[in-house]
Amino acid sequence: MSELYSLTVRDLADRMGRGECSSVEVVNSLLERIENLDGEIGAYLSVDKERALDEARASDRRRETGQGLSPLDGIPIGVKDIFNVAGEECRCGSRILEGYVAPYDATAVARLRAKGMILLGRLNMDEFAMGSSTENSAYGVTRNPWNRNLVPGGSSGGSAAAVSADMAFASLATDTGGSIRQPAAFCGCVGLKPTYGRVSRYGLTAYASSLDQAGVITKDVGDAALLLGVIAGHDPADATSLAAEVPDYLQCLRTDLKGVRIGYPREYFVEGVEKDVARSVQGAIEECRRLGAEVIEVSLPHTEYAVAAYYIIATAEASANLARFDGVRYGLRAGGRDPLEMYAETRAAGFGREVKRRIILGTYVLSSGYYDAYYLRAQKVRSLIRADFQEAFKVCDVILAPTAPGAAFAVGERTQDPLRMYLGDIFTVTANLAGICGISVPCGFTDDGRPVGLQILGPAMGEEKILRTAYAYEQATPWHTRRPPIAGKEGVE
Amino acid sequence: MKKVDYLVNIGLETHVQLKTRSKIFCGCRNVFGGEPNTHVCPVCLGYPGTLPVLNEEAVRLTVITGLMLGSRINLFSKFDRKSYFYPDMPKNYQISQYDKPFCVGGGVEIDLEGGGRKVIGITRIHLEEDVGKSMHFESSSGVDFNRAGTPLMEIVSEPEMESPEEAYAYLQALKEILLYAGVSDCNLEEGNMRCDINCSVRPAGSEQLGTKTEIKNMNTFHGVLHALRYEVRRQIDILEKGGRIEQETLRWDDRAGVTVAMRSKEYAHDYRYFPEPDLPPVRLTEETVAAWRAELPEMPRARRERFVRNYGLPEYDAGVLSADRAVADFFEETARLCGQPKAASNWVMTEVLRVISEKGLEITALKITPRALADLIGMVVEGKINTTAAKEVFDVLAVRGGEARAVVEERGLLQVRDAAAIEEYVLAAIADNPKSVDDYRKGKKAALQYLVGQVMRKSRGKADPQLVLEELRRRLG
Repeated sequence: MSELYSLTVRDLADRMGRGECSSVEVVNSLLERIENLDGEIGAYLSVDKERALDEARASDRRRETGQGLSPLDGIPIGVKDIFNVAGEECRCGSRILEGYVAPYDATAVARLRAKGMILLGRLNMDEFAMGSSTENSAYGVTRNPWNRNLVPGGSSGGSAAAVSADMAFASLATDTGGSIRQPAAFCGCVGLKPTYGRVSRYGLTAYASSLDQAGVITKDVGDAALLLGVIAGHDPADATSLAAEVPDYLQCLRTDLKGVRIGYPREYFVEGVEKDVARSVQGAIEECRRLGAEVIEVSLPHTEYAVAAYYIIATAEASANLARFDGVRYGLRAGGRDPLEMYAETRAAGFGREVKRRIILGTYVLSSGYYDAYYLRAQKVRSLIRADFQEAFKVCDVILAPTAPGAAFAVGERTQDPLRMYLGDIFTVTANLAGICGISVPCGFTDDGRPVGLQILGPAMGEEKILRTAYAYEQATPWHTRRPPIAGKEGVE
Repeated sequence: MKKVDYLVNIGLETHVQLKTRSKIFCGCRNVFGGEPNTHVCPVCLGYPGTLPVLNEEAVRLTVITGLMLGSRINLFSKFDRKSYFYPDMPKNYQISQYDKPFCVGGGVEIDLEGGGRKVIGITRIHLEEDVGKSMHFESSSGVDFNRAGTPLMEIVSEPEMESPEEAYAYLQALKEILLYAGVSDCNLEEGNMRCDINCSVRPAGSEQLGTKTEIKNMNTFHGVLHALRYEVRRQIDILEKGGRIEQETLRWDDRAGVTVAMRSKEYAHDYRYFPEPDLPPVRLTEETVAAWRAELPEMPRARRERFVRNYGLPEYDAGVLSADRAVADFFEETARLCGQPKAASNWVMTEVLRVISEKGLEITALKITPRALADLIGMVVEGKINTTAAKEVFDVLAVRGGEARAVVEERGLLQVRDAAAIEEYVLAAIADNPKSVDDYRKGKKAALQYLVGQVMRKSRGKADPQLVLEELRRRLG
C-alpha cells in the first residue's frame, strides 16, 4: 500500500470514507514528509502543526459519530500566503505585511473549511504575486522538486512545489498572469485557473483586481474538478463574482474526446518556444486527435501585444491596490517625523525590488498626460484579445498551447533581466486579459528531465470543457503518475 | 471717487453625507459619532483582500437629488479610483466617480437680496466614499475610521454665484431641497454638509473669468459667507494695487478671519483616476428612474408658492411653514381636517413651532396629531372653548397625545353657554361691584369691561364672553 502522502484527494476521501485511515494519520504523514523534505524545497512559509492536529482529531470525532461535514472532512490542503485566514499572519511573501494577522477568512478558504478541510500551512510565493519564479519572496527562494537548481515557477511556486513533492495533496493558489498554470507546468502538476469571477476574490490580497483569480494546484485533473466545485460560486461579498450555478465538475469527465473541437493557435507555436516543449505539446495534440478530437487551426492575432498590455494594466491596478500598505493600520511601520516620511520609509523598507518596479511602472502609466498612451491603449488591446478568443471559440471548444515557452529555468538565471522574465508569461497572460479559463496538465519532459505543461484554454465558464479535455488526455498518458526523484522511494528519505 | 467695479464668480463643491442605514461599500452602520473605530470592519478599514459592494440605496438617494435639481440621469455610470496618500484614507485611494457621474446638469433657484430670483447651474452630482478623521494629541496622532465609507454625494455648481450672499442663499436653498428629498439630515455640526469654494473676481466688462482660488473644507454656511467676503475683498485689493491673483488653495482661519494659503504638499496631486475594477458599472433602467421620479416630493419653493396661492397665507408664513417637509405636512393635514387654513397656520406657527423649539424636538416626536389639533381648532371656532383654554389643552396634547375633546372634558374647560348659569354669574358680579355698576350707568364705558372680567373670574374663565357681555348689557340696561 502506497504512503498516505502520495495519494490524491479523491483516493484519500475514499479511504477515509471506508475508515481505512484517520485524518490524524493523514496529517501526520504529511507533517513528516514536510519535515523531511521542505528544508530542501522551501515551499512552506509556516506550518501550524498543533492546529492541524487539533482539527484532524476534531474531524475524526465527527466522522466517528457520523457527523462528517463532507467526504473531504479531515483532508489537509495548503494555502498560498496571499489568502486571508482568520487568526493567521498573511504576509503575501512581503516584509511590509510582517505582523499582519488577518481578521477574517477569504471566501474560498471559508468554503474549504465548511467541507471540513484542514489548512495545513502557508505556501511561499513571489511577493504580492509579482513574479514568475518565486525568487521574489522576502522569505526565501522555493526550489523545484524535480531539480533543486531550478525555479518552481511563480508566483504560486510554493503551492506547486508542495504538491509536486507530495508535501500537499492540493493547494489553493491565485493566477493573475499565469501564476497557477506556469508553476504547475514547471513542477509537473495540474494547475487550474477558472474564469474571472467563477471563484470569489474576497479575501485574496489584490495584485491586479481585474485579472486576479483563485484556483487550485493538484496532482491530477479529477482533484482539480472536485476542488473547483467546492470553491466556485457566487459570493455577495465580491461584486465581480458570477451568479451562475456550479455544476458537478466530476460528472463532465470522459476518457474520450469524441466530438471535441480543438483549436490550434498558430501564434502559440512560434520561434522562441523551447524545442522540447514544442515537441511535447505537439505530441499532446496528436494524442487528443487519437482520442477522437478534431483539430482546427485558429488565429489569435493580437497575442504579441498581450505581455505589454498585461504589464500596463496589472501594474496600474497594483499601484493603487498596494497603496494601502503605508504603516498606518497594520503590518510594518518604519519611522518618520510626519506621515509622508513614514510612508516613504515604510514602503522603502517593506517592499522588494520587483514590487517597487511594478508600483513605479503602474504609477507612471496612470499619470496625467500618459494615461491615454498607456493605460487606455492597453485596455483597447485587451478588448482585441478578448475578441480574438471569442472568434476562435466560435469554431472550437478548447484551445491547446504550451503553458510557457520554456520549461523551468535555473535559479538566478533571470533575476537581473526582468524583461526576459516577463516575456515568459506570453502564453498565460492572454487568458487573464480575456477573463477566460485555462488549465495546465503535465505532457512530458524535456530531454534533461524538466516537466512540460500543456495548456488547455476554454471560453468564459467553459470549465467543463477544459476539464473534460484535460482528463481524457491525462488518463491516456502516464505523465501525471511521474513523481520527482526526491519524492520517490529512492529520494531523500 | 468712483473706482472700477468688479464682478465676482463663485462655484461650490458641496459634499453631502447621505442618510443610508449602512455605509456605501460595507454593512457597517452609517451613524455619527460613537467611540473611535467602533463602526468599522475589514472592508471600510481597507484591509488586504477586502472588496467593496455597492449600497444601492446610496445610488437611489443620489439620483433622487439629481431629479429634484432637474439633472439628466446617466443610465450608465461607473466608479473610479482617485489616488492620493493621506492617513485618514484607508486604501490611499478613494472610490469616486470621474467621467460617468450619476447626474449631470440641473440647477438650484435662489432668492436675490434685492428681490427677484436666479437659478444657479449644477455641473454634476457624483457619489463617493467619505474618509476617516485624523485626531491630533499632544505627542501623537490617531485616526478614527467611523466616518470612513459613509456615502458622500458631491454636488458641483457652475461658477454662477455673483456674491458671497448668493453663495449663502444657494447653500440654504440646497439644504432645504436635500432635507425635503430626505436624502440627508444636513446636520452641519455632524459634518453632513461640507464644501469647497472656488472664487474669482474680474473687472466689470471683462468677459473672461479671473484667476480662481480654492478655499477647502468649509463646514458652516456662515463660514462660507465670511470667508467669501474676505476673499473677494482680498482679491479686489490685489487687483486694485495692480497685482495678480495666484491660483492657489486656501483654508479659512475662522478665528483670525482670514484665508491662508495651504502648503503645496497638502494639495498638489495627480489623482491618477482609473476605472474601479472591483465594481461593475451601474446600469439603471428608464423604468427604475421613472419609479423614483414618481416618488419625488414637491419642491419646497413650489410648496411655498402653493401655500400662498391656495391658502391665502402671507409669503412669510408660507416660507416658515414650508421650510421643513414634516412641518409642512403637519400643517397641510391639519388645515385639511379642520377646513381652516389660516387658523391652522397660526396654531402651527405659534404653538407647534414653539413647543418644538422649546423641547428641541423634531415635529415627528410630538404626541399631538393633526387630527387632534384640527379638532381643537374646530372647538375654538365653534366657541366651545376659549383661546386660553385651548392653549392649555394643546400643551397637554403635545406631551401626552390623545383626543382634544377628551382633554377638554377631563379638565372641564368647555365654555359655559347655559343662559341660567351665565345669568347667575352676572347677577353675582353686579351684586359684588355696586361702584362699577354705578360708574357704568353714569357713562363710564370702561366699567363694563371690568364687570365682564369679574364674571369671567367667577366662572373660572369658562363663561362665553360674548354671552356675558350681552347679559350684562341687558341687566344694566
